[in-house]
Amino acid sequence: MKDNAVLEMRNIHKSFPGVRALQGVDFTLRKGEVHALMGENGAGKSTLIKVLTGVYGKDEGNIFMDGIEGPVAIHSPQDAQKVGISTVYQEITLCPNLSVAENMFIGRTSGVGQNWKKMNKDTEKILRSLDIPATATQQLGTCSIAIQQMIAIARAVDMDCKVLILDEPTSSLDEQEVEKLFKLMRDLRSKGVGIVFVTHFLDQVYEICDRITVMRDGQLVGEYVIKDLPRVKLVSKMLGKEMDDMSDIKSEAKTYERKAGEVPVLEAENRVSDAGIKPFNFHIDKGEVNGFTGLLGSGRSECVRALFGADRITGGTIKMKGKSVKITKPLDAMKNGIAYLPEDRKGDGIVGDLSVRDNIILAQQVLKGFMKPFSKAEANKIADEYIKLLSIKTASADTPIKSLSGGNQQKCILARWLFTHPEYLILDEPTRGIDVGTKVDIQKLVLKLASEGMSVTFISSELDEMLRTCSRLVVMRDRKMVGELSGDDLNQSKVMSTIAGGDE
Amino acid sequence: MEKNVKKSDDSIVMRIVRNQMFIPLLALAVLFIFNLIADPSFFKIMATTNNAGNSVLTGNPITILDMGSELAILAIGMTLVTSASGGQDISVGAAVAIAGSVILRVLRGGSTVPVIFAFLLGCVVAALFGAFNGVLVAYFKIQPMIATLILYTAGRSIAAWINNNELPVIIDPKFTYYGGTIPGVPIPTPFFIAVICIIIIGLVLKFTNLRLYTQAVGVNENSSRLNGLNPAFIKVLSFVILGLCVAVVGLIKVSRLSTINYSVVAKDIEMDAILAVALGGNALSGGKFNMASSILGAYVIQFLTTTLYAFKVEAAALPAYKAVVVIVLVVISAPTVRDWFSSLSKKLKVKEVA
Ligand SMILES: Nc1ncnc2c1ncn2[C@@H]1O[C@H](COP(=O)(O)OP(=O)(O)OP(=O)(O)O)[C@@H](O)[C@H]1O
Ligand SMILES: [Mg+2]
Repeated sequence: MKDNAVLEMRNIHKSFPGVRALQGVDFTLRKGEVHALMGENGAGKSTLIKVLTGVYGKDEGNIFMDGIEGPVAIHSPQDAQKVGISTVYQEITLCPNLSVAENMFIGRTSGVGQNWKKMNKDTEKILRSLDIPATATQQLGTCSIAIQQMIAIARAVDMDCKVLILDEPTSSLDEQEVEKLFKLMRDLRSKGVGIVFVTHFLDQVYEICDRITVMRDGQLVGEYVIKDLPRVKLVSKMLGKEMDDMSDIKSEAKTYERKAGEVPVLEAENRVSDAGIKPFNFHIDKGEVNGFTGLLGSGRSECVRALFGADRITGGTIKMKGKSVKITKPLDAMKNGIAYLPEDRKGDGIVGDLSVRDNIILAQQVLKGFMKPFSKAEANKIADEYIKLLSIKTASADTPIKSLSGGNQQKCILARWLFTHPEYLILDEPTRGIDVGTKVDIQKLVLKLASEGMSVTFISSELDEMLRTCSRLVVMRDRKMVGELSGDDLNQSKVMSTIAGGDE
Repeated sequence: MEKNVKKSDDSIVMRIVRNQMFIPLLALAVLFIFNLIADPSFFKIMATTNNAGNSVLTGNPITILDMGSELAILAIGMTLVTSASGGQDISVGAAVAIAGSVILRVLRGGSTVPVIFAFLLGCVVAALFGAFNGVLVAYFKIQPMIATLILYTAGRSIAAWINNNELPVIIDPKFTYYGGTIPGVPIPTPFFIAVICIIIIGLVLKFTNLRLYTQAVGVNENSSRLNGLNPAFIKVLSFVILGLCVAVVGLIKVSRLSTINYSVVAKDIEMDAILAVALGGNALSGGKFNMASSILGAYVIQFLTTTLYAFKVEAAALPAYKAVVVIVLVVISAPTVRDWFSSLSKKLKVKEVA
């Protein structure tokens, strides 16, 4: 093993039916470093991690650990834990119907006896030390995704480990929480823990990482020290080509201007649902792109869910193009030309066991009616079309969607709603878990759709992205709309101060 | 050599093993070979004359077709319920008693009411009881096994109550056709009824979205709702369809005896129907399903039962043998065993090449 290395993977191969996910990948992790694992959606990052931690068996290759003679045999996540590897997987793998404390300690208590009091007390301590706003006895499912994510991280960190693996841990966290996580990572690094960090946020890579390993299409591109690999180079290494400039996006956006006397596509008045938001008013014009911003838990998702009828509606009215309509359930909204890509991809978006094809046609099929199924040939044609349009990486349209990489699952859900040809498209975190190249593609797509007359609401925890695409931002705080910014006010500092409530 | 190791994942053997029909077909083959070795006369079919003076075929294979058809019809409904609700209906036997009792009530004695009318009434009543189960499951969120326990317990008393606890008979000899044979046709009618049911469900699955909707709800209820489906309604629908299947079997059961025995008619048939779904390789936790595989599973279960009877196993001991089947099933469909199978086939491949 190399000097100072805590973990080495050599010549790892892994194939799934129809996909060669890993082809001879090498990876070296040193003590006390944060090592970014980068690559496009479907490059094989998560697969490499799952092979390392025994979720999947490998076809070929060896894994070596510091202090262990010869290749280590890891056949299950428990084995991985035993040799000191703890992992936070990309999709949350906790049990929503157990309490927070149970989730923290599940699978690692020895013996039958269980000291519940102590378990709860320890959990409270960990939660407090990481500033996680949850209680030990709370049922996990009642926490927001971000908090669940933090709990998963807390669980992994709490186990004494030599290697910590974080697969896109920050995709649902806001800035403060990312800061907390980074502080934690720095602490661990100084204690000599090797950390593998997978993310699509370049800023975060350059903020915290010491080294980068880049993968493309299941192959190793190379390992670099961070200062030798500037951003532009990193991106071109990931994509295998130079990336188009983001700057041309800016010029396209923000050109939208409200015409006098125009009737909005959608106008909501005193709309409120049982998800705990205050009644709000909202409107969007034809061809407009707007966004909702605010801290996590500020109610931005709940607002758009209320527009779509995803939660139980408790009041308010909605007009579509000036005409009053009743929207109390998702089907009503769909019939009125509204589409909604939900925030929680795994829980609300994908239908895991069904094929990519069925997932893509689902919404339009429901609109079309029970008695009018798409023929197999039609469905295949549609699926193939969208697989090509969004360059979804899948072995075939028949593959169950759950075996796609996270980012590619997201693209399927996007395809599903694009296929309904909506008048008003709501995208809640559409770029979560999507690689840099595709992120730009999606932003461009949104602008193109808008220029063709579609109205779009675009929610993202990345402010940059919203500033680039939206011509108007609704700001939320404490489950209430507190402001609306457009024109010259659309800049980082103004938005931040409105979010924080600075000028009141 | 290493190249070959990788390819074996897609080899024909693996593709067959991964196919859902593999398990019921394997079970069928095992039973077939077992009987062939143990006692080839098991497969003998004879032409005889029945009580009514018609020439009919008898023998174990005919019994399997005859009784297996009842199971196959129920397996259709049970597959849908399993897929949508992720649970099973254990009140099927009791519901058969109710549907049969309704039919008997209408046709008892020398009634001149057309059979079709009695049957349709049976359908309505069975569908209503199905809807009752479905509402408990879908709207009150009760576990299917628990929800249907109510009807499981009360159903046979309700069936007896429908006919005032009497055991009337149906006199019309034509009524025996549904559970027996039609003059001139040597094969039992239930088989043809099952074929009709299978064709109907096949057409429904082809020309409607029943499959997509049911599976979607079974896999992810939240997503389904956000795609405009009404998961509760679809669950109730699956129970109603099972109710219709129950009514068909009720008709066959009453026709077999021209009367009904409330306490034993279709006893434990729900267990066989559930077993058929499981043997068909369908996850009992819901989601994706393969209807053809369930139906094949139903006939294989009946094959097993008939084999056990042929070996003079007592009726009371049957469940023990079936339990063994369940254990074997659970084991071979477990992911770890499947992995083991595929790694074994890889190893064999390597040896071949070496
Ligand atoms: N269980 C599986 N069955 C079949 N194919 C799979 C399975 N898991 C992953 N794959 C395939 O392997 C490839 C690599 O997927 P992986 O999840 O490792 O990508 P990733 O780099 O983590 O991407 P992302 O950034 O989108 O999370 C993809 O093409 C995916 O479809
Ligand atoms: Mg991944």
